[in-house]
Amino acid sequence: MLESLKRAFREAAPAVDFCALRFVEETSEQLVVRQDVPEPPRLAVDRGAMVTVIHAGGLGYSATSDLTAAGLREAAGRAKDLAALVAGRAVHDYGRLEMPSPKGRYASPVAKDPDALTRAAKFDLLAAESAQCRVDPRIVDWEAGLWTTRTRSAYLTAAGGEVEQDFTFTVPSLSATAHDKGETQTRTHGGRGNGFCRQGGLEVIDAFGLSGAGRATAEAALELLAAPDCPTGTLDVLLMPDQMVLQIHESIGHPLELDRILGDERNFAGTSFVTPDMFGTYRYGSDLLDVTFDPARAGEYASYAFDDDGSPAAREYLIRGGVLLRPLGGAISQARAGLAGVANARACAWNRAPIDRMANLNIEPGASRFEDMVAAIEDGVLMATNLSWSIDDSRNKFQFGCEWGRRIRGGKLAEVVKNPNYRGISATFWRSLAAVGDAATVQMTGTPFCGKGEPNQVIRVGHASPACLFRGVQVFGGAG
Amino acid sequence: MKTLFHALADHVQGLAGPGETIVSGFRGEVSDFIRFNRSRVRQATTVRQAVWTLSLVEGGRRVDASTTLAGDPAADRDALSRLVAQLRDALAGTAPDPYLLLPDSREDSDREEVGSLPEAGAVIESVLAAGRGVDLVGFHAAGPIFEGHASSSGQRNWQRVDNFNFEWCLYHDRDKAVKTGYAGREWSEAAFAARMDFAREQLALLARPARTLEPGRYRAYLTPAALDEVTGLLGWGGFGLKSQRTRQSPLGRLVDGTAALDARVTITENTAEGLAPGFQGEGFVRPARVPLVAGGRHAGALASPRSAREYGVATNGANGGESPESLDLAAGTLPRGDVLAALDRGIYVGNLWYLNYSDRTACRMTGMTRFASFWVEGGRIVAPLNVMRFDDTLYRMLGSELEHLTAERDLLPSSSTYLARSTASSRLPGALLRELTLTL
Repeated sequence: MLESLKRAFREAAPAVDFCALRFVEETSEQLVVRQDVPEPPRLAVDRGAMVTVIHAGGLGYSATSDLTAAGLREAAGRAKDLAALVAGRAVHDYGRLEMPSPKGRYASPVAKDPDALTRAAKFDLLAAESAQCRVDPRIVDWEAGLWTTRTRSAYLTAAGGEVEQDFTFTVPSLSATAHDKGETQTRTHGGRGNGFCRQGGLEVIDAFGLSGAGRATAEAALELLAAPDCPTGTLDVLLMPDQMVLQIHESIGHPLELDRILGDERNFAGTSFVTPDMFGTYRYGSDLLDVTFDPARAGEYASYAFDDDGSPAAREYLIRGGVLLRPLGGAISQARAGLAGVANARACAWNRAPIDRMANLNIEPGASRFEDMVAAIEDGVLMATNLSWSIDDSRNKFQFGCEWGRRIRGGKLAEVVKNPNYRGISATFWRSLAAVGDAATVQMTGTPFCGKGEPNQVIRVGHASPACLFRGVQVFGGAG
Repeated sequence: MKTLFHALADHVQGLAGPGETIVSGFRGEVSDFIRFNRSRVRQATTVRQAVWTLSLVEGGRRVDASTTLAGDPAADRDALSRLVAQLRDALAGTAPDPYLLLPDSREDSDREEVGSLPEAGAVIESVLAAGRGVDLVGFHAAGPIFEGHASSSGQRNWQRVDNFNFEWCLYHDRDKAVKTGYAGREWSEAAFAARMDFAREQLALLARPARTLEPGRYRAYLTPAALDEVTGLLGWGGFGLKSQRTRQSPLGRLVDGTAALDARVTITENTAEGLAPGFQGEGFVRPARVPLVAGGRHAGALASPRSAREYGVATNGANGGESPESLDLAAGTLPRGDVLAALDRGIYVGNLWYLNYSDRTACRMTGMTRFASFWVEGGRIVAPLNVMRFDDTLYRMLGSELEHLTAERDLLPSSSTYLARSTASSRLPGALLRELTLTL
């Protein structure tokens, strides 16, 4: 099919300064067993292409699911018309851009083909764990799921650029909810909201640890039900990787997006407390904070070789030794801002134009062992698994909540606490980073649901992080 | 698109074998998307898309699928034939679904609301002209949205709604801005200019020195747009039958009767006066109104066919996620023109942002003030607010601390464009609160 698409595109490309076609075909299957009942399988195929035209300083995009030569010609014509309308009225003279003409391939690492198991066998795996959740009448809801996706994409330029990238995504999930006497607590395994998401095949299910997770998760929900509320006060917090994923995402990732800094998102997703003059000098966090954009990490959810504007992707430090170095900005934003960025112009599907997104955004491991971080806390709370998130539109004042808390007193782990919440301000929070866990504490997770952009786009993002210790945080529990 | 829909529906209807039922859904749009920043164009995109969803049911088993349509009837007929064959194979490995529920009666519908939508070029001209001398950032989405349902029993439902939705901010500086919306089926330069003039007036207020508040409890007025964020959060698991029966609804205490809202709070899924279609994916036709909260007490839930079968109640045509699409909060008695005087001293919250639960069981929620929010003294706006975080329970906000709901309400069409342009909307008054808890 790709060969015919290439021919059709070459025939359809108009005589303009730049023309590209981005084809995406995504095939997915979602399986869920809820309360031991298999739900109807959901299969989906989403296929189409976006034509990009730059001409006379204007930029236009047109998306179509008609992939015939005629369909692409019509789309290219609409993109050209839009470029003409935009020319001279745009935020940037797009004619000055030097768009890449890339060549290359990428494929997700897959150790075990997702099709090596039949759909019925996958259902059996989920059903087995679902059955294990039924440990107590107070478990009122539970489900296990498996979401697999294959994405074929091609980026072609009229000048001869050709990139093909094939992705395999596997997302297992499991949760259990306990209820008693007016109180409800939910515990998830591996991260709430499909947080355990990776590139790869069935080996991801093994890494998730599905086998045995049902009983353990249900028992953890019951343990939360019986736990006291998280205390209120200024305490040290030890954030586990499945909470760090959210902390990184909201208070480092989004504020460093260059399109937010340039103001594009102010009508919807918001602006940023970060300004262009901060890069190279601003102390974002303590000197323990090293943050990388790493599209080459094997198996991480948002790995790729080229972004959706054709820029080759490479690992870069965004923050090193606590100092802010570079933004999350793709080729177009870099040209507008005059700042070096990264290859992160990404679109969630064929029918959306690329914008600056996080991809894999990671905290590099430090030198502290988990037990040493616990020992270093006189009075604090360990918090795991993000549950709630809220942050202002400058990505500064935040309040986050977790599923699971555990008191730490005198350097030792103590009782489980429910409803652990904390709040802070991004611009100062990261400076209270007092210890960064070593590689043994690192987990690689992410989210399939990072929302942003107008029109709205929800995109896959990966985050790998060690456990991290923060001093003097405003902590509180539930309303009672 | 309508011709394509019926052609493909006829074709798929003919694919059903003995004992099989095929349920089809259609969702299409032809959209112009134009992003503006700093009173210039950032991105302009057109999207032509259509998706066919298909459920094959046989012997109590069911498989669901969706596929993008190319728009060419011959090619799409072939693709759907292949998909049905694929689903037939998939049924073999599928267990019977005990919660399967399909309509047992046929109820056709056909609604077309064709508008007079502006061309992309005309919108760019108007917006750039209106944005001269100010920092305008915004987003225009326009075009027809098509939704259809067809089943092998012969039922057909169709809706076409043409609309545009332009939302924009005028920025004073940093995070200080006025947000305005203009939506409809016929673009009027005069109506657009009137909204822009009002936004410019509010922009002038943002030039005053901003006020930073200490955490504490303040009298507060939430505009309909701000209240829309609160009801939007409640829509996330609050009103669904499944979330209520599995004790995960944030309104659990309301459902149990251990907590109540103010007696003036009446919430309805008002399909009759909303913009969303009067039918849902499986083909169930929605009642005109579904009471959810009446007189401050729990009155009902949104029941999808699947939940209805699971819990042994009648479906009311809710979507699979059991979220409202046409939420309606009854009006109060406070004239909008009297809001500032009634507030007297407190905060006027133009918009809220990024709400989430900080204690779901207690329906305690947190979020930020955003855009044009002001400090009011003596019934007059005296200063813009620096953003503040609130953290409070619904039972206080729309319960013990609710002083008034406004007599006038706004129809707020959803501007969501995730995957496709939304046809959801809400109709809300403003709310005057005796206290709102600010925490950071």
